[in-house]
Amino acid sequence: MSIPLLHIIHDQHFWLSPQRSIYWEEEKTIIVSDTHFGKTGHFRKSGIAVPQQVYKEDLQRFFSLATALKPERILVVGDFFHSTANEEINLFLKWKNDFNSLQITLIKGNHDILGNSWYENADIQIIEQLYTIGPFSFQHDPSEEHNKQDGNAFVFSGHIHPGIQIKGIGKQSLRFPCFYFTKNQCILPAFSKFSGLAIVKPKKQDQVYAITNDSIIKLA
Amino acid sequence: MIDAEIQIKEMLANKGNDIIHQWLQQNQLTPFEFQEQAWQAILNGQSGLINAPTGCGKTYSVFLGALMQFIQTNPTNWDTQKNNGLQLLWITPLRALAKDIGRAMEEVIEQLGLQWKVAIRNGDTSTADRAKQKRQMPELLIITPESLHLLLTQKNYPNYFSSLKILAVDEWHELMGSKRGVQTELAISRIAHCTNELQVWGISATIGNLAEAKNVLLSPLKKEGIIIKADINKPIEVHTIIPDEIDQYPWAGHLGIKLAHSLIPIIAESKTTLIFINTRGMSETWYQTLLTVAPELAGAIALHHGSIEQELRLWVEDALHTEKLKAVVCTASLDLGVDFRPVDTVIQVGSPKGIARFLQRAGRSGHRPGEISKIYFLPTHSLELVEAAALKSALEEGNVESKNPLLLCFDVLLQYLCTLATGEGFIAKKVYEEVKSTHCFADMQEQEWQELLQHITTGGNALQAYDDYRKVEIIEGIYKITNRRIAMRHRMHIGTIVSDAMLKVKFLSGGYIGVIEEYFISRLSPGDVFTLAGRNVELVMIKEMTVLVKKSTAKKSLIPAWMGGRMSLTANLGAVLRKTFSAALTSGAGLELKSLEHLFLLQKQLSHIPKHHELLIEQIEDKDGYHLLVYPFEGRQVHEALSAILAYRISQIQPMSFSISMNDYGFELLSDSPIPVDDSNVRELFSANHLLQHIQQSINNTEMAKRKFRDIAVIGGLIFQGMPGEKTKARHLQSSASLLFKVFEEYDPNNILLRQAYNEVLEQQMDEVRLRLALQRIQESEIVLQFPKKLTPLSFPIVVDGLNRNNLSSEKLEDRIKKMQQQLS
Repeated sequence: MSIPLLHIIHDQHFWLSPQRSIYWEEEKTIIVSDTHFGKTGHFRKSGIAVPQQVYKEDLQRFFSLATALKPERILVVGDFFHSTANEEINLFLKWKNDFNSLQITLIKGNHDILGNSWYENADIQIIEQLYTIGPFSFQHDPSEEHNKQDGNAFVFSGHIHPGIQIKGIGKQSLRFPCFYFTKNQCILPAFSKFSGLAIVKPKKQDQVYAITNDSIIKLA
Repeated sequence: MIDAEIQIKEMLANKGNDIIHQWLQQNQLTPFEFQEQAWQAILNGQSGLINAPTGCGKTYSVFLGALMQFIQTNPTNWDTQKNNGLQLLWITPLRALAKDIGRAMEEVIEQLGLQWKVAIRNGDTSTADRAKQKRQMPELLIITPESLHLLLTQKNYPNYFSSLKILAVDEWHELMGSKRGVQTELAISRIAHCTNELQVWGISATIGNLAEAKNVLLSPLKKEGIIIKADINKPIEVHTIIPDEIDQYPWAGHLGIKLAHSLIPIIAESKTTLIFINTRGMSETWYQTLLTVAPELAGAIALHHGSIEQELRLWVEDALHTEKLKAVVCTASLDLGVDFRPVDTVIQVGSPKGIARFLQRAGRSGHRPGEISKIYFLPTHSLELVEAAALKSALEEGNVESKNPLLLCFDVLLQYLCTLATGEGFIAKKVYEEVKSTHCFADMQEQEWQELLQHITTGGNALQAYDDYRKVEIIEGIYKITNRRIAMRHRMHIGTIVSDAMLKVKFLSGGYIGVIEEYFISRLSPGDVFTLAGRNVELVMIKEMTVLVKKSTAKKSLIPAWMGGRMSLTANLGAVLRKTFSAALTSGAGLELKSLEHLFLLQKQLSHIPKHHELLIEQIEDKDGYHLLVYPFEGRQVHEALSAILAYRISQIQPMSFSISMNDYGFELLSDSPIPVDDSNVRELFSANHLLQHIQQSINNTEMAKRKFRDIAVIGGLIFQGMPGEKTKARHLQSSASLLFKVFEEYDPNNILLRQAYNEVLEQQMDEVRLRLALQRIQESEIVLQFPKKLTPLSFPIVVDGLNRNNLSSEKLEDRIKKMQQQLS
């Protein structure tokens, strides 16, 4: 059931997948955000026994996207790694070794506190603030400013781990992680499954794609 | 042997007894019979449980016994011997009590001329005092269970206890049945092995299962012990405050505040009044309201609850003793402990939820022999008047609840193992035997023990080489925590009370309104309107532990469901309540029921008033959907279980989604489509067949375990609430209990703490025996199905309580989304 949905911006094709990623067809680029790799390891180092299985699954999902779509690069819109270096991050490096030709670009987020030399050694391109391709730019923290801008500029962000709550009759209510599109902006869901949700309140003209178990559904 | 020598010997042998009795005589005190019995038992080296109401010298029964024993064993130098090491360890549940008890004991010791030192150790004890205690332990140490465990994290802690003779547990009825009770059991199992022949004495108010209470406490000693009962009957006078005007629709929550003015004459006529409020937040509101209604009380009333600054709390307690206050608005913080002699009146605001608690609170007034305990009951919504009537008749019948001790609390055990590992370190085999000797863990399996050890040493299933898990290490066979940061964090987190954080509520424009529980506010979104301190306010945002709001003119608003409001009615009170309802609108109705006449008339007109042999079911359709209301009067806890089972069974008839709400009287299943319940299947739906299987299914399908996991995750060390000075470093360690629950469910479903969450639901809430009894009773009753045109007085408080809902669905997720989207458009 994991069929991606197409979202077109400025004639460019963006495929949203229930794996919490976007595939940008024209640029052969995968866009993800808030992977928080090494988060379980960080907890475990402090004596909090969170199962590492959740991390392993995140890693698998990350690299299987690379295997399946054969992108030219992966853009991570911040919070690639959760904290300081640890063994789990070494596991990431080991996996990455098998994808030599894959270019990874990180637009730094507030969690990305590893030293610049570390990224250099890991062959990860880092962007401190804002990265731009044509009318599209990428920035970790979504800013309200983008929505006020006119013209073509469009920004992809992450950071808030957006979620959507839908309500029905009889006090029914459900929550899901989501892709949240406003006029000039897209906020990506957190890639990591070890992350909470911040519920967004979409306005009329906004578009929301909810990620349910293994499918993605466009909400009106 | 010459006569004189025998005489001297006898004199010495009875020295303790004589000296204490002399002192009693000098102070014109006559010991109660139970005190004499307790002293004799202590001198005989026995252990046991003393059952006495507050205000009858239960403290003396153990304390003076310990002094007697000391004098007896040191007949020649009892009054000169200093630095004897710890003799008596006094465990008390509330730190607020420690100071008073300590002061009273110090006085006695001084008058007797003993050289004993008395010290208090709890969260409020200064580092300087702690260091002093480390150098030389006092003879008498008063301590909370948490601080006692903290003591176990110190190196050389066994030396502190090597001279210990008696360990006393005050208010054991209050501790037992909570995880702090489990903490106490574990501490006893350890300390009993640090000294020779430890005597353990529990002190307990009346509960339904005293013998069990004694057995739980003494289990680690492997001793039978004795129960000593005080044969003292203190008369209790119960008054109900009847509202001048009764709403036909009882509104759950704190609207009893309207009745504040009726308290003023009661306060005026009494010497000192304690006003018990069920929650901290509400106590603030009541305090403010009383001052508004009667400004002349300024300076003469005070507020006392657990989150008030220590200095202020102590001042209030002092002022209570010295009769400087007319009234104190308090929470459970003043439930226990030494008596404030001037208190002659108690007011209970809102349902006390149980007979034992009501009795305990009533007993806070009129302590002296021959005096009467006077308690006023002020209902916070009109149906509580029925409870008042039920409480009265329960007291007449002497019908007091039992407290059930908890079993296999692995979260507490995990914490305890880390506590031991932080201090001296432990040898697994030895501690295993000790832990197994407690009542809580007597049935623990070897397999479970191994899992716990795994959990603290390797962190469960991991990616072997790519793991940094670090907590307890095994060094030469000894389990130890060597990392200083981890040790420090563990010390900061010892405890089993997971209290909800309170947030301040302020207007955007400035101006303080009150405090509110984080639990409540976390479920709201900006724009939602709620009621606080009698005002409707709209949530704007939450910033640095402060909730910012603005005034709202919205008609509809949410009423905070306070933690206290979540306490369940006990089964005993429920049974009495059913009978009381039967009397409504009959000539047998008492004052309380009579005042509710027009509420009952409306209920009767719209639907039916259930008699005690009937089960009322109402089906109501309105704009919110289809409501099915069931009124078993079994208390919130049983209702949570029953409602889940019923929802599960109905959802098997056809795919359906339910939102479930409950209170102490009944529960509601709410759906977006008609609920298929009628004469043909209603009995079947309440049958006891396949009960166990359905219990299991409904636990798996609701959020009950998730809620239990919240506390377990904190106690078991999965959640750190951060600590001072470590803000930035701990930031990357934040996660919520619900997120952890989700992660464990999906990736480590066999985790021992996760399993405990399910077990707690199964044992504490979904107790098969209790449910079977409830279903049997329902099977034997007449089921009355009603289809009222609109909400009835009985249904109203359940339906409007929008929080604390459970959900259960048998529909496919994608179908539900589709349906909801159609409903929206």
